[in-house]
Amino acid sequence: MSNQEKHWEKSRGLLMITLAIWFVFSIGIFLFGAEMNEVTGPFGYPWTYWFTCQGSLGAFVILIFWFANRQEKIDEEFGFSEREDG
Amino acid sequence: MKKGNFIDNLPKIYGIYTGGFIGFIIIMAIAEQMGMTAKAIGIGFVAFTVFIYALIGYLSRTAQADAYYVAGRQVPTVFNGMATAADWMSGASFVAMAGGIYFKGYGYMALLVGWTGGYVLVASLLAPYLRKFGCYTVPDFIGTRYGGNLARFSAVVVLTVASFTYVTAQINATGTIASVALDIPFQYAVYIGLISILLCSMLGGMRGVTWTQVAQYIVLIIAYLLPVFWISNKMGAGFFPHFMLADEVARIGELESQFGFVKNSAADLATVPKGLAGITKAHSAVNATPWAFISLALAMMMGTASLPHVMMRYFTTPSVKAARKSVGWSLFFIFLLYSSAPMLATLSKLSLIDPTLSTGIIGKSIAEVQAIDWYQNWNQANLMFISDFNGNGTVELNEFFMGGKAVVLATPEIAGLPYVISGLVAAGGMAAAMSTADGLILAIANAISHDVYYKIIDPKAETAKRLVVARVLLVVIGFAGATIAAMEIQGILGSVIWAFDFAMSGLFFPLVLGVWWKRANRQGAIAGMLGGLAAGTWYLVWVRTGGSGFLGITQLTFGIFGSAVSLIAMVVVSLMTQEPDKATQKMVDEVRVPSGKTILGKQ
Repeated sequence: MSNQEKHWEKSRGLLMITLAIWFVFSIGIFLFGAEMNEVTGPFGYPWTYWFTCQGSLGAFVILIFWFANRQEKIDEEFGFSEREDG
Repeated sequence: MKKGNFIDNLPKIYGIYTGGFIGFIIIMAIAEQMGMTAKAIGIGFVAFTVFIYALIGYLSRTAQADAYYVAGRQVPTVFNGMATAADWMSGASFVAMAGGIYFKGYGYMALLVGWTGGYVLVASLLAPYLRKFGCYTVPDFIGTRYGGNLARFSAVVVLTVASFTYVTAQINATGTIASVALDIPFQYAVYIGLISILLCSMLGGMRGVTWTQVAQYIVLIIAYLLPVFWISNKMGAGFFPHFMLADEVARIGELESQFGFVKNSAADLATVPKGLAGITKAHSAVNATPWAFISLALAMMMGTASLPHVMMRYFTTPSVKAARKSVGWSLFFIFLLYSSAPMLATLSKLSLIDPTLSTGIIGKSIAEVQAIDWYQNWNQANLMFISDFNGNGTVELNEFFMGGKAVVLATPEIAGLPYVISGLVAAGGMAAAMSTADGLILAIANAISHDVYYKIIDPKAETAKRLVVARVLLVVIGFAGATIAAMEIQGILGSVIWAFDFAMSGLFFPLVLGVWWKRANRQGAIAGMLGGLAAGTWYLVWVRTGGSGFLGITQLTFGIFGSAVSLIAMVVVSLMTQEPDKATQKMVDEVRVPSGKTILGKQ
């Protein structure tokens, strides 16, 4: 397998992990919205309410930065990162 | 303006700008104390900010294609994030979102999740790869990846349908705000709004729009956050509302069960002015089925990843790496406003319905409420209404009605903040609507000038001629949008949601599979774009004309059906026809690695 194929395989793996986390925060938890809202969550808000106001939104912000850093590492590992002047 | 110098000095320039704007707010506040009228303050805020944007637009004028289409590809990560956030947050986000949450609660908050979660898809599936491609427009990517004028043209069609649906709503919003702030009829205010929009984009194209959008973001975020923090502190709800409103949320629930949701008779409701609504849903309870919530969120997420005016913002970053990070910054800046909208809705609702607060009106006598200044103002503006349905002389929860816009526009006044804050909010709403309208008009005009005129009709055209065509189109599309906006056919929020559905129906899978599936070919992409758009449009028309729909897909989520048809059509047709040639496959390989030259280079 060539260098490039390995790079792409790893990138695809990262994509799958990213999309799995995305799925949990955008879809997964809202399957159980009614049940979860009975429980008191962060800062005293009901759980589901808190996720729709802040929790999921914040998780997406963190997820994107995490993804960007991981992808940069993968690019560096296989020598595909851009030159700084680029 | 020297280029390199200008980019290095950006933090300083926008720092001074922010300081200047805060100074302007303080001057206005002092002027108010000295007796300046509310109307003069409103005019001052809108006129001053629009003048600054126009000045930035003028300073960013350019005669180079690279600067006009992609701002010279040198916009730093964080600033591109701010520009994208302004591009993204429209009049609907700014003016209508808190109102929607106020009235509909949980079911509506699917939009919050959808309009943020979509950025994960943008960052991981598309933005970095399209940046590597080096295209000027989204159809440019489709046209080169799949090859052929028909594919390119199909993409232009989908882009135009989606963006045009969106832009009429934004011009409508600028017109509404301009007509209130400047006190002129809506039909004229629409064109004043349009001229302000064109001033930002016509001379500098994407470069002008980028730097005005950063300025507009600063205005709109100050205008949104300042009242939220101020009201929260004034009410004693907590000095940092986002972390401290749990008691208030619980208190609203308590009051709701104390008052009960009394259903009004149809005859009573007929007396309520059009567009106003009462509180009929619990504030923080889960009031939608999982599928209703998830399908709306999913449609908005996939729509986000298909809307060209957002995607093209990531063409302006200096590198692929910067494009990825920039998506993160965009979402961070969006998060600041979106996470505040539910807090504003909570504060607004509590201050109106809690009888123990001095601002509360529930339980007071009808005559007493009718005598309040702000009630009279907003009642006159057709945004507030009370009526004594049960004839007991006091205002009940079910006897108080408000327009969605009033939550953002009227809450500062209800909470007793000085008028200068209301002027600031008007300027913020104007900034939000203008910045989105600019991005959209530019997306349409660029697609037609670059993809239809330059790539299909006259590939030998010189740069100067191309830019003249681009600018003429900008004006023509702007006026077409304003003319339709002046007719006031649809509401702001409804047409924004439709735009997402149109975009995802036609573009989501052709874009994503263009990067992630080498086997995708021209025939498949054309089938996916046109089939998806046609299926989505058919479903919308069917449901609107009395069709029952299926699988719980409504007129707000028709994109789910459209994109499913698009996916199936694209995969089936691609597999039935020849695989893409070697050169195309090699191009896809190239797109997948950040290093090396862009595919298209300078055009």
